[in-house]
Amino acid sequence: MNFSLEGRTYVIMGVANKRSIAWGIAQSLNSAGARLVFTYASERFEKSVRDLAATLEGPESLFYECDVTDDAAIEKTFSTMKEDIGVVHGLAHCIAFAKREELQGEFVDTSRDGFLLAQNISAFSLAAVSKAVKPLMTEGGSILTLTYLGGERVVENYNVMGVAKASLDATMRYLANDLGKYGIRVNAISAGPIRTLSAKGVGDFNSILKVIEEKSPLRRPVTQEEVGDTAYFLMSDLSRGITGEIIHVDSGFSILA
Amino acid sequence: MADVFERVKKVIVDRLDVDESKVTMEASFKDDLEADSLDVVELVMELEDEFDMEISDEEAEKISTVGDAVNYINSIQ
Repeated sequence: MNFSLEGRTYVIMGVANKRSIAWGIAQSLNSAGARLVFTYASERFEKSVRDLAATLEGPESLFYECDVTDDAAIEKTFSTMKEDIGVVHGLAHCIAFAKREELQGEFVDTSRDGFLLAQNISAFSLAAVSKAVKPLMTEGGSILTLTYLGGERVVENYNVMGVAKASLDATMRYLANDLGKYGIRVNAISAGPIRTLSAKGVGDFNSILKVIEEKSPLRRPVTQEEVGDTAYFLMSDLSRGITGEIIHVDSGFSILA
Repeated sequence: MADVFERVKKVIVDRLDVDESKVTMEASFKDDLEADSLDVVELVMELEDEFDMEISDEEAEKISTVGDAVNYINSIQ
């Protein structure tokens, strides 16, 4: 069996900066020899993504803007990508958004707008990009998304994003069922809290990390690199029998009562 | 005091890609240094790393100028 990703191409959506989990995934896939295709939400993130990618060795990366709230933009991004490179072997969906004021206080106060916004960007986008990337995945492959325990259980302050992650988990399972017959696997990584730009938007994030240090079986938070290596596993043939699964990379925290 | 300001200035210049001369104690992140809300969160995280400290959400919200950041860091160092 070949564990190398040489000769394969993977789309990474959602690198914001050096702390992004998406960046950890990019580094792991790159070190396994993969060619990477980065998408960014808007010009605001372009420089940051390009600067980071410039630090990688190996195959030259490609870059596309992709606003996942816009069907026409998604269609354009992936059809351009198809013209440019033809086949891709996987996609990492590392995209979520909620209004900051709704990531604190009580979920019961969530607005309709805020609820739909979180669902749109954080959950529906997986279905939308899976549909768009399918014509490029002619050799089969692996799609993965990032979820969080807050979608399975109540995590303080996670609120509207927890509900969006529950929706994302179900979306992932339905996609796994649809796409399995094309040789495409779809899975999620449920990472423990990592100090990313997105995580900092969740109320009182620093104290969430402290709980992990005190109570998780491994007594430490997980790193970007650890999530990246699990993504490598899910993108590689090592995981070829796994689809529709949520893998917890969380120092074991999710087993606790 | 000067040392903290210089270190804060370096973080800001690196992060926001602005000219050093614009980074004064009075400079507002949003108005003078053209930082958006994500830049501000990133800056707070960079400052937490640089000074090996935690800046709570409540404190972070009060930081709107370079001086606010420098004074907060000085107050707890």
